[in-house]
Amino acid sequence: MEAFKDFVNHVTRPRVLFPLLLVFTVLMFPPNEILFKINKKLRLYKLWTRMGGIIFFSLMIAFFAFGLTDPNFKKIVTKPDNVPIVGLLFLVNFFLWVSMKQAYENDARMDEGKESSEAGDAKEKVLVWPDLVYIEFISLILCTILLMVWSILLKAPLEEPANPTVSPNPSKAPWYFLGLQEMLVYFDPWLAGVVFPTVIILGLMAIPYLDSNKKGRGYYSFKERKMAISIFVTLWLLFWIFLITVGTFLRGPNWNFFGPFEYWDVNKLEVLTNVNLSEYFYMIWFKRQVPQNIILRELPGFFLMVSYFGILPPLLAKTLFRNIFKNLGAFRYSVFVVLLLIAASLPMKMFLRWAFNIKYIIAIPEFFFNI
Amino acid sequence: MANSGDKKNILGRIAETQVVKSIFRTGVPRSRRQRMMIILNDVFLHLHPARLPVSGVKLKYTWCMGGLSFFIFLVLTVTGILLMFYYRPTVEYAYGDMIDLREQVPLGIMREIHRWGAHLMVISVWLHMFRVFMTGAYKPPREFNWVVGVILLVLTMLLSFTGYLLPWDQLAIWAITVGSNMAGATPFAGALGPGSSLLALGDVNFITPSSDARFALLGGRFVGEGALLRFYVLHCIGLPFIIMIFMSVHFWRVRKDGGISTPL
Ligand code: HEM
Repeated sequence: MEAFKDFVNHVTRPRVLFPLLLVFTVLMFPPNEILFKINKKLRLYKLWTRMGGIIFFSLMIAFFAFGLTDPNFKKIVTKPDNVPIVGLLFLVNFFLWVSMKQAYENDARMDEGKESSEAGDAKEKVLVWPDLVYIEFISLILCTILLMVWSILLKAPLEEPANPTVSPNPSKAPWYFLGLQEMLVYFDPWLAGVVFPTVIILGLMAIPYLDSNKKGRGYYSFKERKMAISIFVTLWLLFWIFLITVGTFLRGPNWNFFGPFEYWDVNKLEVLTNVNLSEYFYMIWFKRQVPQNIILRELPGFFLMVSYFGILPPLLAKTLFRNIFKNLGAFRYSVFVVLLLIAASLPMKMFLRWAFNIKYIIAIPEFFFNI
Repeated sequence: MANSGDKKNILGRIAETQVVKSIFRTGVPRSRRQRMMIILNDVFLHLHPARLPVSGVKLKYTWCMGGLSFFIFLVLTVTGILLMFYYRPTVEYAYGDMIDLREQVPLGIMREIHRWGAHLMVISVWLHMFRVFMTGAYKPPREFNWVVGVILLVLTMLLSFTGYLLPWDQLAIWAITVGSNMAGATPFAGALGPGSSLLALGDVNFITPSSDARFALLGGRFVGEGALLRFYVLHCIGLPFIIMIFMSVHFWRVRKDGGISTPL
């Protein structure tokens, strides 16, 4: 048991779990034919069957049930405001499964030349009274019961009265913003707290205008929209839900990482020896002083950023994204790629941090401009 | 004619009275025509069309998530109004009113329903968005309604965020402190944001901790009296008002875009 707990504590470290989940998610939701074939070979799609679902959710429930026997795990998971996030994890996975199961069933039907089950259903019309009103009424009752029971069983939290002079450690934002707070580990507040939320909102709004695929409207399907689903689900599961989970359950005092079975020790020390790219460039590679001049000092960073956002997009347009470029045209393609590159900057920065202890790529603290 | 042989139960009789008939003009919806009319005649039910394709009413298609989001919003409105009877948004009273809500108010689970309902609404709105994505329902002609939806999503989270401060306990003020510190890092508009020091005339900075985005949000330099009042007003009046406007547009557009999405 202890060995298992140690193992989990070890594996749940973001630098282990995030890359693992990233690979796994891309394989589960393959964006192109090649990965789709690998998915088929490994029979990963079996998760989207009744049996797969039962096994997956049994494992998930077993994990939580086992976890609750551990005092540290129990303490974090049963904190009143954290209970909804446990619920969120189950709900997100459940509905992921519901939609993917239907998608694969429809794909199989359409492979046989039949229409999607929704297309069959859509031929007939029914009266809203009673068919829909009835369903709505039942949902509404069930939802009310759920809320009542939940409210009777679990008291809303109320801590000590507000005291501006004593800040709790850790201080956490409301749970739905913990993904952003988690990004603060890798980016400065102006990026994690202002630019990224803005980009997320604008990016979401842009989806209908960037997805030029006419197919796949009004029914569940994976095969017809592999790329779109792959991107969306990866961002949603990993960059949002997963980061919230980390921020909620696995970040303790001083925003240090704590495994799910680890005691939140205020004195846990994490050695931080992060260096900026400029220091790497001048001091480690060229063995000389970092220049005084800001522009000169940050030249490597500027170069990197310009290539990332300036050279990579046309390169991708010629190679990996040739079809997307053709479909979207220059302007919309640019928006698409820039959004994607901004999203990808998160795992990139994580990787640079974990592998090379890079703190900033461009660091101009004089103007609070750090990337 | 209602004779003893015609088995009319008591509900059936009530439905035939002048009072009930004056309220529900259609009468008991038995015939097909009446069932259409009841939807068309009722201001609330009229959010629906009278008829829908079978795919659109199936739970496995919509998960009823949009409907539930709206329903939870209504629950939050009702419980929120009840909470407003007891709660005073001042540093002096707020926390004490929370204690009273727990200890003095009979059957006091209003606060619980409101808080857990708020969490649930955030979750249900996310899941609704996820369903809309997975069914490709944002594709033409529903692009704009997706955009309206994103605005609703943001408003939902802002509602939740502004409400988070009101209990005025440690959890509340520090969560809002963490959240609002971000505003201080807004490029150009936040005192600690990149470029803000460029907005200066000679030695005079325009963007200072007393005049930046964070200050505007909090009504002060830290989370205090000003922030509490601001968040209270936004939470109880400002944001609900705005979200209701956008919800109306959202529902209107669901209908005008051709009802619930179906395969082409
Ligand atoms: C307060 C939040 C929201 C409420 C109360 C709400 C309510 C609804 C309702 C009742 C429907 C009818 C179909 C259904 O129940 O699925 C609907 C459809 C729709 N919603 Fe929302 N919604 C909200 C947020 C969102 C968000 C965040 C998005 C997307 C980003 C969105 C996009 C759409 C679209 C595109 C449709 C049409 C779907 C179709 O025709 O299949 N909504 N909404």
